Amino acid sequence: MSADGIRAAGVPDSEQRLNEHFEALLAADERIEPRDWMPEGYRRMLIRQIAQHAHSEIIGMQPEGAWLTRAPSLHRKASLLAKVQDEAGHGLYLYSAAETLGVERAELLDALHSGHQRHSATFNYPALTWADTGAIAWLTDGAAVVNQVPLCRTSYGPYARAMRRVCQEEAFHVRQGYDMLWSLCRGTPEQKEMAQEAVDRWWLPAVVLMFGPPDTAAGGTDDRTAAMGAAFTRRSMAWGIKRHTNDELRQRFVDNCVPQAERLSLTLPDPAIRWNEERGHYDFSPVDWRQFRDTLAGGSQRGRQRLAHRVAAHENGAWVRAALDAYAASQDVGRQTS
Amino acid sequence: MNQRAAWGQTPWEVFIRPRRGLSHQHVGSVHGADAEMALANARDLYTRRGQAVSIWVVRTDAVRTTSPSEKDPFFSNTADKPYRYPGHYVALKGSDGD
Repeated sequence: MSADGIRAAGVPDSEQRLNEHFEALLAADERIEPRDWMPEGYRRMLIRQIAQHAHSEIIGMQPEGAWLTRAPSLHRKASLLAKVQDEAGHGLYLYSAAETLGVERAELLDALHSGHQRHSATFNYPALTWADTGAIAWLTDGAAVVNQVPLCRTSYGPYARAMRRVCQEEAFHVRQGYDMLWSLCRGTPEQKEMAQEAVDRWWLPAVVLMFGPPDTAAGGTDDRTAAMGAAFTRRSMAWGIKRHTNDELRQRFVDNCVPQAERLSLTLPDPAIRWNEERGHYDFSPVDWRQFRDTLAGGSQRGRQRLAHRVAAHENGAWVRAALDAYAASQDVGRQTS
Repeated sequence: MNQRAAWGQTPWEVFIRPRRGLSHQHVGSVHGADAEMALANARDLYTRRGQAVSIWVVRTDAVRTTSPSEKDPFFSNTADKPYRYPGHYVALKGSDGD
């Protein structure tokens, strides 16, 4: 670490000095820790990303949680329960990481409830059948792993550490989802069809929404969208928050899924998917970001339902929080008078 | 319930001893109205797969820490003291043995 980033006692650091020290840490691939000076833009970008990630984890409990009471066996129910519980845990790891940046969990939840912060629109799609729980776990959790493995090396220490815990657990999520589809694909023709339809529903939300807008020319989108995505990605990568472009990660995800789908003998709903010997990757259809941006606009009926359900759960829990506060206050009074 | 310093939302830092023979390590934080609840929340959040033999919780506001801006003066006592390391002295054997 460069010594000139560190100042003698009593001498206030100029912002430029502080920023040089911050940039030197990033350049040395060191982690930024909670009490370090950081540019306001870095802090804001992190809070926004970590909060959106946390919100997506807890809203993401809903489509699968709705199937808990209708799981086809005790084994599948136990697995799904463990998975949904993990999603709540991932939300908490992330809210905990966000709190190290000087925000409180209650503020972030308020921002989610009031629509000032968002969850991933992926979870605004309905889980119509039991097979959807398998498809969600295989595809959206599979996409999450591809996103999150590089985030284990993100520049902000608490976020990176939360991601390492999350990644260890996501591996179970993907496997149990794949296992569920595996069983359905070896069952009756109706079960196989149910699995195929669920994969048809969840493929595009995973490919498009889990990775965000195209941010390179490789995304095959219009130049303007790609340029906007690229500007954000560049800033984020310069700060070491993101480590790869959205399109790189999207490609990695498609490359993972194609052989897995073949083993399931399911068809991914994209006729453009084919191996490209020259590139060493699977080709797939360009991302139509505009179609998905409409879903993102928060206008979807299902999105409003997801949020309303979350708000109702929060409000219904108000008496529990009030009881906790009353109990804690009484304990404190007891300590002071004893 | 919007008051910021609500008791139930008191943050606690969580330390876990993953195996016997290791010290407790910081893993993150939880909210809890009191220590018992913080312990229960820490168990539910950080040990769902049984990777702990012991948990500590400490109220976040009870942790005293050095400030990064004091780094230089606060730790200056340790800098420039090569005589604290064995390599500063004549080797016990051979030319570069220690």
